[in-house]
Amino acid sequence: MKANCWQGRESLAVEEVPDPKIMNSRDAVVRVTSSAICGSDLHLFHGYIPSMKKGDVLGHEFMGEVVEIGPDVHNLRIGDRVVVPFPIACGNCAACQSGLYSVCENSNPNAGVAERLFGHAPGGIYGYSHMLGGYAGGQAEYARVPFADIGPIKVEDDLPDEKVLLLSDVFPTGYMGAEMCGIKGGEVIAVWGAGAVGLLAMRSAYLLGAERVIAIDRFPYRLRMAREQAGAEPLNYEEVDVIETLREMTGGRGPDACIDAVGMEGHHSSAVLHGYDRAKQSVRLETDRPHALREAIMSCRNGGTVSIIGAYGGFVDKFPIGSLMNRSLTVRTGQCHVQRYTRMLLDRIRRGEIDPSFVITHRLRLEDAPIGYEMFRQKQDDCTKVVLKL
Amino acid sequence: MRGTPMEVPDGTGRRLLPRSLGLLSLGLGAAAIGAPSQVGRLIGVDDSMIARTTVLPGIGARELLSAVGLLVGRHPSGWVWTRVAGDAMDLAALANAMRDRQGRRRQRLGATLAVVAGITAVDVLAGVLSTRAAGARRRAVRASATVTINRSADEVYRFWRDFENLPRFMYHLESVRSDGDGRSHWTVKGPAGRRVEWDAEVVEDHLSEMISWRSVRGARVPNAGRVRFARAAGGRGTEVRVELAYAPPGGAVGRAVAKLFGEEPEQQIRDDLRRFKQVMETGEVVRSDGSPAGTSTRQQVLQTPARPRAARLPR
Repeated sequence: MKANCWQGRESLAVEEVPDPKIMNSRDAVVRVTSSAICGSDLHLFHGYIPSMKKGDVLGHEFMGEVVEIGPDVHNLRIGDRVVVPFPIACGNCAACQSGLYSVCENSNPNAGVAERLFGHAPGGIYGYSHMLGGYAGGQAEYARVPFADIGPIKVEDDLPDEKVLLLSDVFPTGYMGAEMCGIKGGEVIAVWGAGAVGLLAMRSAYLLGAERVIAIDRFPYRLRMAREQAGAEPLNYEEVDVIETLREMTGGRGPDACIDAVGMEGHHSSAVLHGYDRAKQSVRLETDRPHALREAIMSCRNGGTVSIIGAYGGFVDKFPIGSLMNRSLTVRTGQCHVQRYTRMLLDRIRRGEIDPSFVITHRLRLEDAPIGYEMFRQKQDDCTKVVLKL
Repeated sequence: MRGTPMEVPDGTGRRLLPRSLGLLSLGLGAAAIGAPSQVGRLIGVDDSMIARTTVLPGIGARELLSAVGLLVGRHPSGWVWTRVAGDAMDLAALANAMRDRQGRRRQRLGATLAVVAGITAVDVLAGVLSTRAAGARRRAVRASATVTINRSADEVYRFWRDFENLPRFMYHLESVRSDGDGRSHWTVKGPAGRRVEWDAEVVEDHLSEMISWRSVRGARVPNAGRVRFARAAGGRGTEVRVELAYAPPGGAVGRAVAKLFGEEPEQQIRDDLRRFKQVMETGEVVRSDGSPAGTSTRQQVLQTPARPRAARLPR
């Protein structure tokens, strides 16, 4: 089969690789029909996630048709159409049973490596480094899906791929980012990053009862999408001082909750400050550039919540712990526990409350995946979300 | 959860000899101090005042000291060598006494000399064996690890108690065969197809709490293991703590054995327990493209790319 393979830093190739097989009795093999490129795939592309190997198949946002099932999968049949959550989760361990699917205790065979970096190991993720399991990803014609009796959600034929594909990651991730804000009704929520996850977090914040949503980014086309598609008030950090402006926009209080939907490769309007972290990151003195996170913490109102859904990989410095501690802030974070949300969000899609496909801007063939990465990285042609069609 | 440190079984099982020698020392010492005149007559030095009042009680005191060490000490090997030193002194003293004696006394001294020489040979043998055993103990490798399993202590205990299940997650084991009455036969496959096998017996078995086992006498690689099961706080399943110990022989064989038990025994047990958890909770060892055989530290270093493989699955 064809698969999009990591070849090294900033190097990808669509190659011919063997077809996946059933390796465990609860596996399924899925013929992929749609597969998206995630913002966090760019971290892999840029070489900021350790433990990648030449030849790794990328991709963790995919859906398709079940073509093979292991002997212990009883809830799926050949021919079922499924969306696959990006965290691989067993459903049996204490974490899964508490709904913490992305920290499944059994799905990461390379937990020992992750423990060295993180203290304890998170679960496995498709196509996302060996530290997170060494699983082949779904930017391929076929994908092996472990614990197929737990993760994949069946979707009926009348819903097109694009409407449900994003249930694999960005929609639940954005939703969880909003949910972690503890919205009770009437809150002001600021979201750093108006990419796919950020846009869906904005929409989710409204779904949960927020009164105002503010979007922070530097690309006019993304801020325009935030305003037009997600009803957010746009704020360009290259034009204004974010902390000052947010104070101004909220009567001096600051937003009730701040969502970091940027992660480890943030930018700063000050070339000097950006350069400082960029330089440290490039020589691996720090692994992540936490501009958005620093600003989110500094901006948040006293006693508010900072919700981190942007991906981070390791260590940062100049972390404003004093602001966090002295102002009674709450930090909530996590890789999304997708399995917790898929059913409920699918129902919302079916009821027409939201159609997450508004973030999709580009459709390419699998063979053109490397072009898709390049466009996405360069933000060419107003690129927000690339879907590979098979 | 912690108990007494686990004893690596003594492969040679030769505790008996030092202990017997301790009893001999005790008898000799008591006789030499309690009845020096009779002893002096028996060995043919009853004509010497110094022998009766000083030398024999002195030798007696020395023997009692050795006896204490041999009978009470945990590791008698050092004390066996004090006996050998004592033997040398005695042989020298007896030879000296023979020089200026004639007749029956000389005959008795000669007989005593022969007996002491015989005892010396036994002492030297005991010393060599004990020292070897002490060396094996020094090389003994111990490791332990712990994991929490989302199953009841009863279930986890029952799975482990059937030793034939262990190779499913302990990858260094090729097979374990239960022979009934608490005995089992273990096989480990080493480099170049070399097998190491031994018989083990259950030492302690407390339902749903603890099992300990050890290799029986004569094992090439004496080893022992213990597993404890305890309810995790807040009803979060069962905390499993495993301790393993083995005493590899010295030299090249020892190095080969060490290799097959893993360069990092601690890490290996942790891997074993991770797979044990997977088997107990999900039904089998979880595989990925990069780790097709499942969790193992070695495999984590030697990852194959995360892409499907053409070849058949390894074990």
